[in-house]
Amino acid sequence: MTTKTDAVAPEEDFHRLERTWRDPSGVAGWFLHVDHKSIGRRYLVTAFSFFLLAGVLAALMRLQLSRPDNSFLSPDLYNQIFTTHGTTMMFLFAVPVMQGLGIYFLPLMVGARAIAFPRLVAFSYWMFLFGGIFLYASFFLNAGPDVGWFSYPPLAESLYTPSKRADVWAQLITFTEVASLAVAVSLITTAFKLRAPGMTLNRVPIFVWAQVVTSFMVLFAMPSVMLASTALILDRLVGTHFFDVEHRGDALLYQHLFWFFGHPEVYIIFIPGTGLVSTILSTFSRRPLFGYLAIALSLVSTAFMGFGLWVHHMFATGIPQLGRSFFTAASIVIAVPTGIQFFCWIATMWSGRIVLKTPMLWILGFFGIFLLGGLTGVILAAVPVNIQVHDTFFVVAHFHYVLIGGAVFPLFGAISYWFPKITGRLLSERTGRIVFGLMFVGFNTTFFPMHILGLHGMPRRIYTYPAAMGWGSLNLLASAGAVLMTLAVILFLADVVRALRSAERAPDNPWDASTLEWATSSPPPNSNFLRPPTVAGRDPLWENPPDQPFVVGLRSGIRDVLVTHVLDAEPDHRDEFPTPSIWPFVTALATTALFIGSIFTPWAVVWFSVPLFLAMVGWFWPKSPDEGGTQPWPSRRTLPGPNEAPAAGGAI
Amino acid sequence: MSPARTVDVSTLPPGAFGSRSLMWWGTMGIILIEGTAFALAIGAYFFLAARSPSWPPSGEAPPALWWGTINTVVLLASTIPNELAKRAGERVDLRGVRLWMVACLLFGVVFNVLRIYEFKNLNVTWDHDAYGSIVWLLLGLHTTHIVTDFLDTSVLTALMFIGPVEERRYVDVEENAVYWYFVVLAWLPIYGVIYWAPRLI
Repeated sequence: MTTKTDAVAPEEDFHRLERTWRDPSGVAGWFLHVDHKSIGRRYLVTAFSFFLLAGVLAALMRLQLSRPDNSFLSPDLYNQIFTTHGTTMMFLFAVPVMQGLGIYFLPLMVGARAIAFPRLVAFSYWMFLFGGIFLYASFFLNAGPDVGWFSYPPLAESLYTPSKRADVWAQLITFTEVASLAVAVSLITTAFKLRAPGMTLNRVPIFVWAQVVTSFMVLFAMPSVMLASTALILDRLVGTHFFDVEHRGDALLYQHLFWFFGHPEVYIIFIPGTGLVSTILSTFSRRPLFGYLAIALSLVSTAFMGFGLWVHHMFATGIPQLGRSFFTAASIVIAVPTGIQFFCWIATMWSGRIVLKTPMLWILGFFGIFLLGGLTGVILAAVPVNIQVHDTFFVVAHFHYVLIGGAVFPLFGAISYWFPKITGRLLSERTGRIVFGLMFVGFNTTFFPMHILGLHGMPRRIYTYPAAMGWGSLNLLASAGAVLMTLAVILFLADVVRALRSAERAPDNPWDASTLEWATSSPPPNSNFLRPPTVAGRDPLWENPPDQPFVVGLRSGIRDVLVTHVLDAEPDHRDEFPTPSIWPFVTALATTALFIGSIFTPWAVVWFSVPLFLAMVGWFWPKSPDEGGTQPWPSRRTLPGPNEAPAAGGAI
Repeated sequence: MSPARTVDVSTLPPGAFGSRSLMWWGTMGIILIEGTAFALAIGAYFFLAARSPSWPPSGEAPPALWWGTINTVVLLASTIPNELAKRAGERVDLRGVRLWMVACLLFGVVFNVLRIYEFKNLNVTWDHDAYGSIVWLLLGLHTTHIVTDFLDTSVLTALMFIGPVEERRYVDVEENAVYWYFVVLAWLPIYGVIYWAPRLI
């Protein structure tokens, strides 16, 4: 394979290419989509819808707590609301929205035609959607989970929760974890195997690094919560005794399994957020990111350390002294890599020329809020303080500063940053500033008083409090802040609607950014890049010479994708990707029947495994070459064995 | 249109084996996920054992060694046809693939049937105490894998007989064999825990 001067593909070939990569339209076609842009958009819209639902639940809680002795919500409903709020925000919003950004942008940022395993990604979307519908259907049927987003035994055991509520929680976990595990495998493979020629590992955009690191964390963390929730549901349904002390079980085993997932989960949400910060910050500081290697290594080391501090969620359970010291130290040490990232960001801004557009405002907001959340995190790592404020509003304040600061602010920045790319329309700069202002003031007004309330002893998860406690005015202040946040979200949605209806089109690269998603049109064509790019540096759109070569030779009549080497992204082989398919949807339906049925009888697992098996066979079975346009492999000789030298090696 | 510099990939092969293929990465992802689940379940076993004054807690007899040990030998022996099927796949040798995948399936029938006797000879039920629960969970987790691996190998084998056999199926044969290795190798620590831990703790 060589780099050469050649005539570019003729125009009609682009038409053919676009037809090949087009997913069917219409209602029936909607169930067949496998394009990562289509699935990514659905992920983002669905996750954002769950954010709105959980936001409504939060507003209801703030209304209830706005004054003492309030009877607006019953204690039972309040329990369902805070559990569903937390469960939604963690499992149906924060993780899927970040993965949705990965699904949409990873292939574009690495210059690929598609995401690896597109049907698996489509399947994951259906699982995520069905899980979310299942949770909210249960909630509206008065069967919403009510034992906290972590669903601890013994409270969640059938003795104390005889209804189906804890089962709903446990199976929701299974739905969402299946979805995020599938996405994680696809994102890792995309980032390692589908990069544009020239994009060596040390030129991969930081956002891609963040998604890869997060995906590896998902692979190792999610099985833990699936094991915990499966053991819980087995205890409830078939009479096992994993967490039942009377029969030699141990409720602490549940806490260990849950937090072995639950702490990494924080970083699964936060690391993509830092990836967004690095991306947006570099664009709006008008210079390449300072300390690329340090930032990439910080992400990796955060991921490793993230698995070594889960016990700090369990300090109140009587952990041995040595364990306490170890996990205190680990919880403090993990601030170091994040600190390194902060200094790299400061250096980038310091030596850059800051452009204060809306996306950048959100990033500056992130700095203030996340910093405060990180500092209370270091405080909480100390056992005496931790035990003192355990289960108080201090902890509520802390993790909202960390999660909203670390993920939601960068996310709003990312939406305003990438909205033109996804939709081809621009959000209003003026409205964006107002939304940011309302959100920043509203957020701090809501959550800062909770630090003080916690120090004054107000416990979490109480539906009301007597006036004599003196918590009324700070709670009212917090509720007033929630009103501002609600206004911000409404204004934001109104601007999104306005932008989508406006005739004004966004340019391909409105921010003059450096990464490959801006090298294609807004919104991108079906095939992502009519001419697949190659790159010559970390910031290709700033560094590539004008005559930077592009890739030719991928067939336009089939979904031909270039697969490259892991380390140096040299072209290796081509792979024919699947066409639109109904099987991911059918398989997800069968899986849903199995999961929901299992709540009612263990035999559902046996019965519904039959349609599940048939659906997977349908998925796997190849279409005949005529239908699918399958390309025959020319001959055996073109298939080099695993130990043979790669066929490619051209200079780029 | 003006001439431009290009990287021509039209001569590259339409597929590759081993870690160069996307399938390998997908398979490794699944192996990492399930390996983590096995490791955590084993961790849970020892957590429960460590927090119980005696193990097995109420003096149950340990699982009968005989069936589990025979099955371990059968599982290990199945790696021979498995390796031969993998190599046949890498040679794009349809006859060899058919022969050795059928041989693998025969082993599969044997170890799945033997597994029933393993369950019958655990000497404890899942609802007796936490020890029974975790032993059934471990054996159940692994049984899920040998059943599903048997089923997906059956589908792939059927496909190799009745076609259409595309060349990319040989990569599937190879990755199916990699996954089979994982299922067999993951059994060894689980075998050690289920059958030997109650005897040695």
